[in-house]
Amino acid sequence: MSASLHSEFLADRELRELILAAEERDARSSGLLGVSRRSFLKLAGVAGGGLVLAFSLEPRAAFGSAEESARTATEFAPNAFLRVSPDGSILIYSKGPEIGQGVKTSFAMIVAEELDADWSRVRVEQARIDPAVYGRQSAGGSRSIPASWDQLRRAGAAARSMLVAAAAKEWGVSESECRTGKSRVLHAGSERELGYGELANRAAALPLPDESRLKLKDRKDYVLLGTRVTGVDNHALVTGKPLFGIDQVVSGMLYAVFEKCAAVGGKVVEANLDEVKTLPGVKDAFVIEGNGNVSEVMPGVAIVATSTWAALSARRKLRVRWDESRASTDSWKQSVERAAEVASQAPAATVSRRGDVDRAFQTAAKTVEGFYSYPFVAHAPMEPQNTTASYKDGRIEVWAPTQTPDRALTVLASLLGLHASRVTIHQTRAGGGFGRRLINDVVCEAALISKRVGAPVKLQWTREDDMQHDFYRVGGFHALKGAVDASGKLTAWHDHFITFSADSKDPVAGGDIDANEFPALLTESFRLGQTLLPLATPCGPWRAPRSNGIAFAVQSFLHELATAANRDHLEFLLELMGEPRWLQPGNTFALHTGRAANVIRRAAAEAGWGKPLPKGRGRGLAFHFSHAGHFAEVAEVSVDTKKKLAVHRVTVAGDIGPIVNLSGAENQCQGAVIDGLSTMLGLEMDIEQGRLSPHNFDRYPMLRLAHAPEVDVHFIQSDFGPTGVGEPALPPLAPAVCNAIFAAAGERLRTLPLTRAGYTI
Amino acid sequence: MRLRVNGKEYTAEGVEEATPLLWVLRDNLGLVGTKYGCGIGACGACTVHLNGQAVRSCLIPVASAADQAIITIEGLAPSDEALHPLQRAWIDQDVAQCGYCQGGQLMTAAALLAKNPDPSDADIDQALSGNLCRCGTYLRIRKAVRLAAAELRKGPRS
Repeated sequence: MSASLHSEFLADRELRELILAAEERDARSSGLLGVSRRSFLKLAGVAGGGLVLAFSLEPRAAFGSAEESARTATEFAPNAFLRVSPDGSILIYSKGPEIGQGVKTSFAMIVAEELDADWSRVRVEQARIDPAVYGRQSAGGSRSIPASWDQLRRAGAAARSMLVAAAAKEWGVSESECRTGKSRVLHAGSERELGYGELANRAAALPLPDESRLKLKDRKDYVLLGTRVTGVDNHALVTGKPLFGIDQVVSGMLYAVFEKCAAVGGKVVEANLDEVKTLPGVKDAFVIEGNGNVSEVMPGVAIVATSTWAALSARRKLRVRWDESRASTDSWKQSVERAAEVASQAPAATVSRRGDVDRAFQTAAKTVEGFYSYPFVAHAPMEPQNTTASYKDGRIEVWAPTQTPDRALTVLASLLGLHASRVTIHQTRAGGGFGRRLINDVVCEAALISKRVGAPVKLQWTREDDMQHDFYRVGGFHALKGAVDASGKLTAWHDHFITFSADSKDPVAGGDIDANEFPALLTESFRLGQTLLPLATPCGPWRAPRSNGIAFAVQSFLHELATAANRDHLEFLLELMGEPRWLQPGNTFALHTGRAANVIRRAAAEAGWGKPLPKGRGRGLAFHFSHAGHFAEVAEVSVDTKKKLAVHRVTVAGDIGPIVNLSGAENQCQGAVIDGLSTMLGLEMDIEQGRLSPHNFDRYPMLRLAHAPEVDVHFIQSDFGPTGVGEPALPPLAPAVCNAIFAAAGERLRTLPLTRAGYTI
Repeated sequence: MRLRVNGKEYTAEGVEEATPLLWVLRDNLGLVGTKYGCGIGACGACTVHLNGQAVRSCLIPVASAADQAIITIEGLAPSDEALHPLQRAWIDQDVAQCGYCQGGQLMTAAALLAKNPDPSDADIDQALSGNLCRCGTYLRIRKAVRLAAAELRKGPRS
């Protein structure tokens, strides 16, 4: 079958050859390379020559079993490649999905920095999907950068070292007399210089450097990292090239749509299939029973036609009778009522506790209570779910804009009863992820439809499908009680978290809370209780899972306590942080109070915290730590007498360690602020009789350009290890804006979205 | 049915007249830079130019666009080497995150600048508020439009 092979997929073949070449060298086990068995680097030979280094990213030991750890410690399994070609071009493979987080650009920048490469000669290709070779191939959790930082730097440094050695040998000078820059080696004494391309073949004949002696750059010497670098796919994006899942075309392809029951769990009783099959362009229409797994295939009716429009038109004439006897009857209204009832009761379970909370409340100078809630929301990525699938001769091949191609592979093998070697996943760029594409339901549906019709199909969900069959950000409720002593210091915290469960045992995905959630480890007396409400609606990770709702409640309530104690919120938060320290000693992915205090101070200073504002205008501050990122934000808003809200400016300060791509990191933060604002202002999915609504953008008021505030982003570039930036700038936004509204208008908002309280923009 | 897209003549065979232009561009002509986002004209991802006007191709029956001048994102640049100033600004300002909506954003912005070479911030806000960007790249879109407008006013590049 001939797919429309875009350059991304052509790279697959090239990479496979590279890996085979590397493995062949390995099999020969020649002493030639002088590589210790524990080395992470290896030279690879490849047609066309040049310096090719194979290296390992994210040792599986970090994620796998002890047995796997033992194995990876002694076996060398390259999963990344860097190639300096004789023509001077440099090729780097990016192994994970690009979903708009910019990883394809930032991975290559890290290598290029240590290599001292001429960035204009660097090319980046999407690696093929093969977890047996690459380990984790997914995008989520803001983890791509921290997991690969050291290995990418060392690979670049090793290649640079070999190119320098080749030049020094050529000139008969000492390596220490040579320096590098812009893909060239220069000899200071004689002003001689050679380009990396000229040196590539000679460098490849040299032994690998001793990894323990590789010198990595100091942050002050970076020339590329921390600068603004534009995305490697930008040209293709602005000229409309076929990068996305929806753009894939396979020869002989048909177009499919799939209708499922609006209430999850409904089964097909009957449908007017005979009538539908007679409609123009329709090739087939049939029931798919599914396997009852909502993250794979639920029952529905597939229509396969000669064009998307023919399939969509036929679907309008489709009439399905559903058996909803076992379908969801969820009701958000009833859940809200039930949460209000249980809020005042003792939590069904205790998640964590410290100190004597009851006594702390009895002896407090002041206590404050507040009941917070936030609704279900949809992911609504701009590219509606889709997958192109081709099942033929016991093999399945799919083209998918997924966030988890590695999991798609195993899920498809299991669903179709095939060995994993008979499953091929082509990773496409994804038109937004936000967590939605961690689940491969549409991939599974497309595979089954292709198998049934015996032809390649592109399954296209409509926007209405996408909104009604999401894995939603779960709503939640926090009955909070806090206390301050006579000096205005926080002394006690009680949170009765009311969340949802599908099995009455554990919270749904994204609906759990960490026993150490802020400010657990900063308060003498702390109690976190939990009550579960039943739910059938599918839920899943949504940008900054857990934190995206919890931060609103916790960081707004801290402002309530500061206000009750007549304290300035900035001063109150800084006192809470106390001495600079890791809150969970030994865990450098946990909160560091010094880093927290620094971003809080910085955001406040940049926003002019404390400077007088006209009446009706106010500033609000909020901090939140999530996904290893420390972020503080100050919102400046005004509110008129009719509750018309204007958000003028949001000041963001973040510490995620050294910044890789300043342009990308800033873009992620600005986007997170706008996403957070959009969501808190007017977004909610209602649930009634198991049905989610609204169904399209006309009633799901995502923020438009005219209402986008100025967003100033400031990074504190600390020497802590780098961490991700796709998520942690979102959680502080809602409490910062709500705290600002309180400052401007005196109204405390404890329910999202704000349209519920009559606010408009 | 005959279609004139990006200065080229196409014949779309067996296409029902009511089919939205969006799906004919994508499925029949292979011009997939025009994106499906909502199907109800609410997001702007499918924006193309019809006789110089920015329109939502998901709402335009193909029959009403026959024999008229259609420009899609693939035809915005005079050539592959010479991009439209908006495209250059989009690259230089690193506007895109996921990039899915950006073709539509560019087409709307291009129609604006063709009519109003010196738009105010309010003009930009108004013209582009029909185009959703779920990633929230609005601040860079605003800046890129301003920069491209300034470049266009300076005249063709030497």
